[in-house]
Amino acid sequence: MGLPSEHEDTGAGAGWGHSHERKGFFTDTSICIGCKACEVACKEWNRNPQDGDLEILGSSYDNTGSLGANTWRHVAFIEQDQERIEQARESGRRLVGLGMPGIGPRSGADAPAGAGGCGSGCGSRPGADGEPGAADRTPPDTPEFRWLMSSDVCKHCTRAGCLDVCPTGALMRTEFGTVVVQSDICNGCGTCVGGCPFGVIERRDDGTISAKGDRGRVEQDVPHHGTANKCTLCYDRLVDGQTPACAQTCPTTSIRFGDRADMVDEAASRVRQLHDRGMTEARLYGANGNDGVGGTGSVFLLLDEPEVYGLPPDPQVPTAQLPAMFRTAGIAAAGMIAATALAFLGGRR
Amino acid sequence: MTHSAFDGYRPPEPPRGRRRRRRDGDRSPARRRGLGALGTGDGGREMPMVEDVEFSSYYGRPVVKAPPWGAPIGLYLFVGGVAGASALLGAGAALTDRPALRRNARLTALAAVAVGTPALIEDLGRPERFLHMLRVIKPTSPMSLGTWILSGFASGAGVAAAAEIDRLLGERLPLGPLRPVLRRAEGPAAAVSTVLGAPLAAYTAVLLGDTAVPTWQGARRGLPFVFVSSAALAASGIAMITTPVAQAGPARVLAVLGVAGDVVAMHRTKESMHPLEAEPLETGAAGRKLRWAERLAVAGGVATLLGGRNRWIAAAGGAAVATASALTRFGVLEAGIESVKDPRRVMIPQRERLEKRRAEGITDDSITTGPES
Repeated sequence: MGLPSEHEDTGAGAGWGHSHERKGFFTDTSICIGCKACEVACKEWNRNPQDGDLEILGSSYDNTGSLGANTWRHVAFIEQDQERIEQARESGRRLVGLGMPGIGPRSGADAPAGAGGCGSGCGSRPGADGEPGAADRTPPDTPEFRWLMSSDVCKHCTRAGCLDVCPTGALMRTEFGTVVVQSDICNGCGTCVGGCPFGVIERRDDGTISAKGDRGRVEQDVPHHGTANKCTLCYDRLVDGQTPACAQTCPTTSIRFGDRADMVDEAASRVRQLHDRGMTEARLYGANGNDGVGGTGSVFLLLDEPEVYGLPPDPQVPTAQLPAMFRTAGIAAAGMIAATALAFLGGRR
Repeated sequence: MTHSAFDGYRPPEPPRGRRRRRRDGDRSPARRRGLGALGTGDGGREMPMVEDVEFSSYYGRPVVKAPPWGAPIGLYLFVGGVAGASALLGAGAALTDRPALRRNARLTALAAVAVGTPALIEDLGRPERFLHMLRVIKPTSPMSLGTWILSGFASGAGVAAAAEIDRLLGERLPLGPLRPVLRRAEGPAAAVSTVLGAPLAAYTAVLLGDTAVPTWQGARRGLPFVFVSSAALAASGIAMITTPVAQAGPARVLAVLGVAGDVVAMHRTKESMHPLEAEPLETGAAGRKLRWAERLAVAGGVATLLGGRNRWIAAAGGAAVATASALTRFGVLEAGIESVKDPRRVMIPQRERLEKRRAEGITDDSITTGPES
């Protein structure tokens, strides 16, 4: 059974008839400083309403909570002591050489430093390993304690669960290989919410645009109310050849945007670079095309197990099991018909 | 550590253990306070900045989200099953010349879709766009296929029931020249609803199984059997209430078969699941509903078996099994919605299957990868 989202080539395979390069993010959490500029830029550009009351969540500096209908970028904050750092280093070391067939720096093996959004303007000083003109991305040495900061976003999966289960066709694959909700089509059935193995997409049932002082809660016109909402990878900006708002605003180039293949290459050389420096806790998330979602459009470099960041360790698109489920349901339905027939054949008047 | 003399009065610090609060048995809700619970105290008690130091999850927050499906969907799961199985009962009654059972089953089917379809529409975020469901036919979307099944079924059941109503009223409906058309359409329409009846009862199990919600996904191998059994016993139960015992014989047999199927399928489904995934089916409000569902189903089944030829006992048994079916549907729905609240139900089964694959030597399908060696 060929699922629509099974096409590896998410551009031309999605029926666009022309082949754009698939776009994606590379979020390098090793240089994230937790400024949340991405969250702000995302909210402003996409005019997303506020998520409930402004409150302190008691989870380090993370008072956003999680990705949802109104929050398309979410910066996670994790505080770790030395013991956890050692564990992360060890678990990362065990990953060396596992997986990712055929992924590695493409010919030339240019260092990723400077290849991202960091042009001539950004304050560059010689890196630790002496790359002239490259930004020094060496994380500060913190043997006793560290903060993990990671900007989470929709993964724009190759095999997207939300896209598969959408009954109206409101979710679509764009010419950039991203997954976008057409808000004028979506009728808010909520099936996609359960279909996402990352818990990203959500129906916008609440949200407010009132400022903190306005406790009156007057009826306000929240855009796209009652429909499913999630990151569009700034589709409106992409069609104009622009960079998504979060990537453009990121001051440390932790969020990088470009062709997905280049992002994976950059990620692969960056993780190699960190391992060479002894930071064996570094690992990639979503770069493997063989994983349960066929690889993600948003690739992450993490410094601990994905669970630590609230990311599932082995996500699988639910529709992968759909043919088997239809078979089971077919057997069950046949059993129901047989039982009814039996009841009438055996039943006396 | 401090070297101030004043701190000499302080009790010794507890060892810097990582497992302060996180023991397996400790599942008190206090450990995992809701997002809004923090910071709303009176401020008298100092709170640790970071609540849970064992980071097997991100502050105990959910990883996946449950669909925003409330009571209307639970109601639809129930009446959808009633409608589908009633159409089968009606077809059997028509073939074996049981006019009262045929009429009642067809009317039940129409009433069920007449309740279920508005419930489905009501639960949409944008109910006025419900017809967008019929823009596409999408085999990968159980919701899409289900909508088409329901639409076809409702059309067939509607025509068949209209003919029954007309007959019931002594042909007093102002149909005029349409009456012969209705009579001629009755057979094919009933056939359509019969063919689509079993799929209508079964597809909702696929709809729930085809999600990332741990309890539903884990139950996907057994849930279709639970749902068709539940549908069969609900429709038979209602037929036992509405139909005289003389014609309700097949309904009684089907109710007993349904009870047996329901109880066995539910147990086998739970056995096939990871213990963490099955837990919401056994604990909490959902677990209570499912336990009562089983008790009522067994009680109704036994009553039907022993005293089903008595009109009153048959009606009471029918009510018991129909209630059991409704409780089953609501219980399964709520268990799934409950299951996403604890990230362990997502993380631990996933981590275990990943480690299992690694132990088997399959190392190329992990979403987490290191550098090439």
